[in-house]
Amino acid sequence: MSTLQRTRLRDRPIPVIATTLFMVVCTAYFLLPLWWMVVASSTTRGGLTDTSLWFHGQFELWTNIRNVVTYQDHVYVRWVVNSAFYATVGALVGTLFASMAGYALAKYVFPGREAVFNVILAGVLVPATALALPLFLMFSKVDLTDSVWSILLPSIVSPFGVYLSRIYAAAAVPDELLEAARMDGAGEFRAFFTISLRLMGPALVTIFLFQFVTIWNNYLLPLVMLQNTKLYPVTLGLATWNSQKAIAGNLQLYVVVGALLSIIPLMIAFLALQRFWQSGLSEGGVKS
Amino acid sequence: MTALPWTRGHSTRRHHRAAIGFLAPFLVAFALFYVLPIGYAVYQSFLKIEREGTFGRAHDVWGGLSQYAEVVHDSDFWDSLVNVGQFFLVSVPLQLVLALVFALLLDSPVLRAHRFFRLALFAPYAVPGVIAALMWGFLYSPGTTPIPGIADRFDLLGPDLVMVAIASVVNWVYTGYNMLIIYSALTAIPAEVIEAATVDGAGQVRIAWSIKIPHVTPALVLTGVFSIIGTLQLFNEPQIFRTISSAVSSTYTPNMVVYATSSIPNYHLAAAYSVVLALITCALSFVFLKATQRRAFQ
Repeated sequence: MSTLQRTRLRDRPIPVIATTLFMVVCTAYFLLPLWWMVVASSTTRGGLTDTSLWFHGQFELWTNIRNVVTYQDHVYVRWVVNSAFYATVGALVGTLFASMAGYALAKYVFPGREAVFNVILAGVLVPATALALPLFLMFSKVDLTDSVWSILLPSIVSPFGVYLSRIYAAAAVPDELLEAARMDGAGEFRAFFTISLRLMGPALVTIFLFQFVTIWNNYLLPLVMLQNTKLYPVTLGLATWNSQKAIAGNLQLYVVVGALLSIIPLMIAFLALQRFWQSGLSEGGVKS
Repeated sequence: MTALPWTRGHSTRRHHRAAIGFLAPFLVAFALFYVLPIGYAVYQSFLKIEREGTFGRAHDVWGGLSQYAEVVHDSDFWDSLVNVGQFFLVSVPLQLVLALVFALLLDSPVLRAHRFFRLALFAPYAVPGVIAALMWGFLYSPGTTPIPGIADRFDLLGPDLVMVAIASVVNWVYTGYNMLIIYSALTAIPAEVIEAATVDGAGQVRIAWSIKIPHVTPALVLTGVFSIIGTLQLFNEPQIFRTISSAVSSTYTPNMVVYATSSIPNYHLAAAYSVVLALITCALSFVFLKATQRRAFQ
């Protein structure tokens, strides 16, 4: 921001106060539900029915967390581990595949290149939920429903990742560098893994994070595929608890506490990696 | 540098091999888990079940377009499309306008504490739709809402307001995400352009209107397409709301129709719904892209 702009604004405090006030009110809308979760998770079972936006009664957060974690033979822990496993493995493999494909589309000229890219781009427009039912039918043919594979395999495809890494590789990996590597006798794959992959870093983090979130948030696919509650991701698990809350009295509170616990890892990941994904995102946004 | 003909041919072949090698893993997965399911759904949608006698064994036979005839005549499916159409109007314009306003404010010198506001608005994106719906469900329900009196005055889970209530959940999750896409595009505007306008005496509003908004149109188009796709796909949030609101039927959105039909189970009809829904989604996204293309990619 220039000093010129600052001087102007100092003369006119009203817009500054008005916009700040507007943002504070809007931010409250976005943060209050999260805050309420913390407060509600700290009440006793009966406390949930008269929650307010501040702590009252006994502070039971740690007891509640212990109860949620140990409930039904630690099934909640399994769900979180499952979610983390599906999301980490799916996003890692998905990012690798997408970055290789995007790199090939950016750095090599071959017949049919644009056609391949357009087909993949069309994949971005295909609603993922339209795939869930046919995937279920296909997986039941080969007896793979209700298995880890039924969740993992479909989640390694990220057409958006190919799109983003193509744009990013075109801008961030100079042809001269690749030529130099070839002169030094490096094979194409070695050049990719030792040079290009590093230069594509921010794009990789962005693809990984967004694929991670997509898999972590997935609900329909596991709902269709899985019977065995031990394979559930945390979204499906909590939804199941929620549907049983009329039967077991504590579940309502457990849903809130479980929801709170489950979003903490993602928040931390986003905060810790924000420098990377923001630069990755701006590349995709600018050139789209 | 002039390469000998044979070397050039050699390196081209080498490049083709490398390109195929790089593309193969993704394309195999894409073919198996994207293209094949679509093909399989289309195939399934052309079949129908025939029984030998009333209680005889059921088996699949070629049904031609009979499932599609049923789709055309099914009022539940078309009602669900009307629902998501209304939902789109209730949620998306507000969501995108807010996202744009937030992004512009974050990018302007008027506002302080950018980092805090940016992260606070984006934080809900880390909450899965299912979990956001569960949580907002508690906030809306008369028994558990922390805001006294709100549930008495407004029946947020009743037939009149439940769509607004669900839209509020969806907007809560996605406004920050869209804001970030637009904001990223804003930060790419060269500083000299803004500087020049300031020197010329343009105010912040004027700069936003004449320079910044035209510049981020591609990003707005992108968020618009994602919103169209997202709304047509709506499933998680209303499915969760079914447990707390009787105003949300099992066929509230097209995807819920697909799910309900496949649980009967009537896979062939459900596949036909999926195909029609995917076609509508692609068509609408395409029309939207075409309609905005001249503005977006000039």
